[in-house]
Amino acid sequence: MTDAAELQRRTAELLAAHQPASTDRLDFLKARFDAGLAWVHYPEGLGGLNAPRSLQAVVDAELEAAGAPDNDPRRNGIGLGMAAPTILKYGTEEQKQRYLRPLWVGEEVWCQLFSEPGAGSDLAALGTRAVREGDEWVVNGQKVWTSGAHNSRWAILIARTDPDVPKHAGITYFICDMTDPGVDVRPLRQITGEAEFNEVFLTDVRIPDSRRLGEVGDGWRVAQTTLNNERVAIGGMRLPREGGMIGPVSKTWRERPELRTQELHQRLLKLWVDSEVARLTAERLRQQLVAGQPGPEGAGMKLAFARLNQEISGLEVELRGEEGLLYDDWTMRRPELVDFTGRDAGYRYLRSKGNSIEGGTTEVLLNIVAERVLGLPAEPRTDKDVAWKDLSR
Amino acid sequence: MSAQPDLLYSEEEEALRAAVRDLLADHCDAPGVIARTESDTPHDFAAWKALADGMGLAGLLVPEDKGGQGATHREVAVVLEELGRAVAPVPYLASAVVATEALLACEADDLLAELASGRRIGALAVALNVAPGGAYKVVRHEGGALHGELTAIADAQAADVLLVPADDGGLYAVESSAAAVTPQISFDLTRPLATVSLDGAQGRLLGDAEVAVHRALRAGAGLLASEQLGLAEWTLTETVRYLKERKQFNRPVGGFQALKHRLAQLWLEVVNLRAAARNAADALATGEDTDVAVAVAQAYAASVAVHAAEEALQLHAGIGMTWEHPIHLYLKRAKADSIAYGTAGAHRVRLAELVDLQAP
Repeated sequence: MTDAAELQRRTAELLAAHQPASTDRLDFLKARFDAGLAWVHYPEGLGGLNAPRSLQAVVDAELEAAGAPDNDPRRNGIGLGMAAPTILKYGTEEQKQRYLRPLWVGEEVWCQLFSEPGAGSDLAALGTRAVREGDEWVVNGQKVWTSGAHNSRWAILIARTDPDVPKHAGITYFICDMTDPGVDVRPLRQITGEAEFNEVFLTDVRIPDSRRLGEVGDGWRVAQTTLNNERVAIGGMRLPREGGMIGPVSKTWRERPELRTQELHQRLLKLWVDSEVARLTAERLRQQLVAGQPGPEGAGMKLAFARLNQEISGLEVELRGEEGLLYDDWTMRRPELVDFTGRDAGYRYLRSKGNSIEGGTTEVLLNIVAERVLGLPAEPRTDKDVAWKDLSR
Repeated sequence: MSAQPDLLYSEEEEALRAAVRDLLADHCDAPGVIARTESDTPHDFAAWKALADGMGLAGLLVPEDKGGQGATHREVAVVLEELGRAVAPVPYLASAVVATEALLACEADDLLAELASGRRIGALAVALNVAPGGAYKVVRHEGGALHGELTAIADAQAADVLLVPADDGGLYAVESSAAAVTPQISFDLTRPLATVSLDGAQGRLLGDAEVAVHRALRAGAGLLASEQLGLAEWTLTETVRYLKERKQFNRPVGGFQALKHRLAQLWLEVVNLRAAARNAADALATGEDTDVAVAVAQAYAASVAVHAAEEALQLHAGIGMTWEHPIHLYLKRAKADSIAYGTAGAHRVRLAELVDLQAP
C-alpha cells in the first residue's frame, strides 16, 4: 500500500521534473495524472496509485505549497464527481484509457443527460429511446436540467432500450458525443433571470456501441453509482465558521445596525446556530471518511443545507428592507460557474429554491433516509411489475 | 480556533459506552425506573454504586493525583449519553460533573477525592434553571453561620454535601445533615428537585462562588447536550422499532410516507445534535472555543430532545399516553432539560455577544 511518505516522494519527483513556474498548465496536469497523483485512490495507469483516498490531501497540500496549477475542479464537477467514478466502475479498459485523462485535466468537460420533462423524481420512467442499428444506437428524446451542456464535450446519458419490460430493467447507459449534429442544446431560463441549465433535444443521435457503459438493460444499476457520487459531492465540503450562506447576512447585520429589529435578531441567531451545527455535522462526516468509517450521515447534509440556504437568504431579503424590494440584474446570461452565495440577497433567495429540488428533491431524500438508514418499509408500489410502455403518463 | 475539534468517538470511548450500557441494562430497566419514581428513594443507589464505585466513573474529571481517573469531558459525555438513553435516576451530572467542577475551581482536594470515589455525593445549591453567567440566589452568611432557603436544587435529596453560595461571595460546603432538604414535586421524575433550608448551619468556606458556579454551570450546560443526545437517540430508535411492528390498515404504520418523513427529519436532527454535543465535550476538554461551543450546543439541543420525545409520544399514539410506557419519562426529562442550565433562548442571547451579532 502506498503511504504518505511515498506520495510525498512522488510529488517531489513530479515537481522536480516539471517545475510549475516554467511548465505549461495542461502539460503539468497531464504529467501529474501520469504520475498517479491526480486522484490517488484510482488505479495505477489511470491517474492514481491505489492509495487510500484520504491521502489525496497530502498530495494536494504539497502541490499547492509549490504553486502548482490545479485542474479547476469546479469547471468539470459532473465529469469529476459523477462520470469518472461511473466510468471507473463500469467502463471497459479502452473506455477508461480514452476518457479519464482528458476528463481529469479538464480538456474535456462532461454533462449529464438524465432528467426529462416526464421523468423527474421518477427518473426510471424516462422515455428517451435508444434503438440498436448494427453497431450503433439511434437516440431520440428530450433531456432537461443539463448544467454545462453548452460547454461540454461528452455527456453521460441514460436511455430506454427496451420498453416491453418494467421500467428499471429497460434502461441502458451511454456516453454521448455532444458535438453530434443531432444534439440541440437550448438554454433554459430560470427564475433568477439567468440560464445555468439547458434543455437538450436528441434527434437521431448516433452512438457507437463501443460508447455503452455496462450491459444492455443494466443502466439503472450503473446510474446508481453516478447518483450516489453526486450526493457525496454535494455533502462532502469543508467549511469554516460562517463559511456558507450565513456569512453574508451576518456581515450585513454587523455593518448595518439601522436594519436590525428584535424579531429578525431572534431568527438570525437561530439560523446562525443551525448553520454552525450543520457545519460541525459536515466536519464530523469528513472526519469519519478520513478515519475510514463512512456513516449514513451524508444523506442528511444536502437536506440541511437546502433548508438553511433558503431560510437564511429569505431572512436577508427581509433584513434589507427597501433594498430587499430591488434585484441586482434580470439579464439573461449563461454562467459557466454557479456560486450560490454570489450576487445579492434576492438572487440567493431565488437560486436557493433549487437546492431542495436539484440532486434529488427533499421529499425523495427523506424517503431514502427513512428506508435505507432507518429501515422503514417502502410504500406499496404499482409500477414494479408493469412494462414501461404500459405505465400511465 | 486553532485546531479542528475531534468530533468522533475513540475506541476507548466506545468501549466505555458498551460497559455503561451493559450496566444500565442490568440496573435501570424501564419498569424499574417507573416504579422507583413513586417510591421513597427516587434515586437508584445500586446503579450509582456500580457506576461510581465499580467503574470509577464519578472521578473521570478529577486528576489522578487528586484521587480521580484523570479523564476528560469527552469520556464523561459518553457516560451521559448512556445515562440519557436510560433516563437513569442517578446524580451523575449533579455530583460527578457540576459539583466536581465547582470543587475543581476551589481546589478543595479532600472533598474532591470523596466525590471522585463516589463514596459521597455532592450537589451545587444553585437552581437547575440557572444558565452559566446567570443570576442565582444566595444565602446569608451571618455570625459564622448560613441562613436562607434555596429552591429547585437537583439531586439534593441524594447529596451528602451541599455546595452553597452565600451573600459574602463565598462558596460553602454544608453537610446535608445540617440542612433541611425537602423534596419538591418535580416535573422530571427521574431528576428530582428539592429545597434546601439553612437555619444557622455551619459551612466551610471553599472559595469564590462566582468563579466556581460559572465553571460548574458551563460544564453542566455543555455536557447536558450529550444527555439530551442520548434521550433523543433512544426515543427515535424506539419509535422506529415500534412503527415497523405496529400494523394498521393491513400494513406496518412505519411504511406511511407522512410518518417516514417525520422520522427521517428527526434522524437528521439527532445527527446534527451528535456533532454539536461532541464539539461541546471536546471544547470543554481542550479549552478551545469553549464558550461558543457550549452555547451552540445548548441553543440547539433542547429543541431536538423535546421534538424527539414529543414525536415519540404522538407516533406511539395511545400507548404513549400511558403511565406504564416509559416515553413519558423521556418527555419529562427532555422538557426539564430544555430549562436546565439555561434555556436555548438564554444561550442564544449569550452567543449574540460571543459572535458579535448584537441585539438592535
